Amino acid sequence: MNKIRIKFQKYGPIRYIGHLDVMRFFQKAIRRAGIDVSYTSGFSPHQIMSFASPLGVGMESRGEYMDIQVNSLPAPREGKSVCDVLVEDLRRVCVEGLEPVSARILPDTAKNAMASVAAASYTVRFREGREPGGFCALPEAGRQDKIRAFTGQERIPFVRETKKGAREIDLRPGIFSLVWKDRAFEMLLDASSAGNRKPGHVAAAFFDFLGEPLGENALWITREDLFARGEDGIMGELISLGEMGSADPETEVLHEP
Amino acid sequence: MHDKLALSDDILLQIEKPERYIGHEYNSVVKDPETVGIRFAMCFPDVYEIGMSHLGIQILYHLLNSMPDVWCERVYSPWPDLDRIMRKEQIPLFALESQDPIRDFDFLGITIQYEMCYTNILQILDLARIPLLAAQRGEDCPIVIGGGPCTYNPEPLADFFDIFYIGEGETRYGQLLELYRECKAQGLGRLEFLRRTAREVPGMYVPRFYEAAYGQDGVLQSFGPIEEGIPARVRKELVTDLKDAVYPDKPVVPFIKVTQDRVVLEIQRGCIRGCRFCQAGQLYRPVRERDVETLKQYAVQLLHNTGQEEISLSSLSSSDYSALAELVDFLMETCAGQHTNISLPSLRIDAFYLDVMSKIQDVKKSSLTFAPEAGSQRLRNVINKGLTEEMILNGATLAFQGGWNRVKLYFMLGLPTETPEDIRGIGELANRIAAAFYETVPKENRKNGRVQIVVSTAFFVPKPFTPFQWAAQCVPEEFLHRAYLTRTAISEQLNQKSIKYNWHEADVSVMEGVLARGDRRLGKVIQKVYEKGGIFDAWGEYYDDSRWREALAECGLSADFYTHRERPLDELLPWDFIDCGVTKEFLKREWERAQRAEPSANCKVKCEGCGAAGFGCGICVIPGRKSS
Ligand code: SF4
Ligand code: SF4
Repeated sequence: MNKIRIKFQKYGPIRYIGHLDVMRFFQKAIRRAGIDVSYTSGFSPHQIMSFASPLGVGMESRGEYMDIQVNSLPAPREGKSVCDVLVEDLRRVCVEGLEPVSARILPDTAKNAMASVAAASYTVRFREGREPGGFCALPEAGRQDKIRAFTGQERIPFVRETKKGAREIDLRPGIFSLVWKDRAFEMLLDASSAGNRKPGHVAAAFFDFLGEPLGENALWITREDLFARGEDGIMGELISLGEMGSADPETEVLHEP
Repeated sequence: MHDKLALSDDILLQIEKPERYIGHEYNSVVKDPETVGIRFAMCFPDVYEIGMSHLGIQILYHLLNSMPDVWCERVYSPWPDLDRIMRKEQIPLFALESQDPIRDFDFLGITIQYEMCYTNILQILDLARIPLLAAQRGEDCPIVIGGGPCTYNPEPLADFFDIFYIGEGETRYGQLLELYRECKAQGLGRLEFLRRTAREVPGMYVPRFYEAAYGQDGVLQSFGPIEEGIPARVRKELVTDLKDAVYPDKPVVPFIKVTQDRVVLEIQRGCIRGCRFCQAGQLYRPVRERDVETLKQYAVQLLHNTGQEEISLSSLSSSDYSALAELVDFLMETCAGQHTNISLPSLRIDAFYLDVMSKIQDVKKSSLTFAPEAGSQRLRNVINKGLTEEMILNGATLAFQGGWNRVKLYFMLGLPTETPEDIRGIGELANRIAAAFYETVPKENRKNGRVQIVVSTAFFVPKPFTPFQWAAQCVPEEFLHRAYLTRTAISEQLNQKSIKYNWHEADVSVMEGVLARGDRRLGKVIQKVYEKGGIFDAWGEYYDDSRWREALAECGLSADFYTHRERPLDELLPWDFIDCGVTKEFLKREWERAQRAEPSANCKVKCEGCGAAGFGCGICVIPGRKSS
């Protein structure tokens, strides 16, 4: 039995495929690829599979993760590692826009993708023609000042609409970093199950702070990667989920992240 | 990758299930438009989840895309939320694969599976910006071609289609498209192509070359071609040898959950049984089986090529397939350890079935389905349903012993000759099944204490090419009265607490009856209903009876004329010009036998001489069979 973490991308029209349907897609793709995936026992067994944080419909991502458990690994071939063979087999039966890019073998003791997510990085651009004029017209230094002023606040209240009504949350502790670069925001946000913060909310709060309205669907959001905390607890260093475990069990010694 | 989407992000983010409209499914076919001569849009005029579940479309999609010069794409009805936006923002209907407007295609093929989708056909044409009336289409419009069971009486839709393809799609598309190429190369126009289609390609009905005339009483008086060389009768096309017929080995795998979220293995076409209310049983005669060895290969390939977790056998009556046990054994062996489920709909409930089911399903979760269709043996003889009370009780008793405790029963109300006595029989049969449970299963083994029996009744709709094509249909009040009698009969039973009762809507069954046996004059009615806002009439929440009643009245027509009248045997019927293989003489014979409550044999027991032997294939040519 091995735990495998597969990193994949989601882009293009596929951004409209919902999270549950992405799961269903990979369940079938894994069967098409002939990967020896493990199933739960019981009367309606399902594949042992766990996804890191779900991605909102309409968003693209360069760094999505799913963990699966396999009974056996494919044989290495043509000088490629087991993980590369597995990714290649899987990619062949996927569609463009929903593509596995790499895989790692995780130590048996590793927490699953969902449980280990601590942070997510995003690039937030503006859709063409929907750039907020005031902010974009500022000189570069002025924009940086505004961002510093925004992140320098002690609290960043934001009213979130939920099914149960409006609820105020504080965004500040969840913003690990916020920078403006190449006409886009780069955000590193809390993505843990308890403190998850959304890039759209951060952008909305920022323009609210500037007093500049943001048009509907003005943001084009790409998730870049997901991170876990290193082993020294809450304050540990962030490690990309894709760098945990090992790419080649033959040559590397498995180590705990 | 082509990133093009016909709908903007603003739209896709506000509608329900944007996945219905973006294409890109696994196994969907993308070609370079520069390399193909013919663009074909294949449409199922209902929502994506229903349309994607249809095997016929997958077969034609595969067939057409196997032609290098053709690119066949799919299109389904935009759900009302998107429909509104497309009208408001003037977005033309597009095909899923290329996201290109349908208006620019060479062909728009529409499969017509049930009458209540007719308004959706107009929705498709309208959103595609194709004139609704075939007569008003210019050279630059796609050729609109219809297929499927409703084309066996295409007349209510005659105004809207350029061609109806009568019969199974596998046989004539090659020839039709070749003719299209030829006409295009010679610079012949639309009309000439249609004329040559009607003259030269078997199975093609081109309604503009035919004319209907009606008498003072509204009855059809004459019907026929208006030009030399156009055939007076159109004969159904069918695949005589299914062994070498194409099969879609790489069906499209949708992202979202659709109605048939599984691999479908068609094991045979047609049905030997000839129940007298059933149109499919007559239209697809003679029954033709697929070769079991080929099916085994398909099963393995299909599961591998799709990754689906379930495989289902498909046919009208799977128990009659001669190699069923062998095939099911093979599937159980192949699927064992693969976490693949097997589903076996339309199987007779007997010892074989229960044995198989207990191996492949969680008995406690599944229910038994019987379709006696009528409550008394007399009425079951009238409709020629060869299911007896004894068979049902034996099957149910066996099943109760095996741990089942849920039963579904399907009946029809309003069948010809039905009496209150027959209706009472529904309650009594349900009661006897419940009693069999309490006799069979000792108290301590009863899950939840009792058996659950669900009785459902549909209202009978007479269909063309059945022995009941002459029969009168009930008016809505009469239908509801019979549903009331059924409910009363059930409530009088000893075990009534174990029996639940559901019935269908009466209004829509009557309108379905109007369209099923309607004539050309109904085209105007359908158009009016559409113009009043009618779409998705097959969906209860969107069906509005008053729209249909008003439209009929505005056209000077009445529902009763089409439904409530018993037609004399010598009346010219709007669909008489279609030759589906089964002869009118046979249907008359069956209609007369029905009135005497005399059953007929099924094709395996004895040939009743229905006429389908003329195709020279399937069960009719199996040596050593008896004939009448
Ligand atoms: S068994 Fe009867 S109802 Fe079923 S398909 Fe055959 S003829 Fe029709
Ligand atoms: S000709 Fe005879 S065997 Fe053939 S379909 Fe008709 S009744 Fe059945």
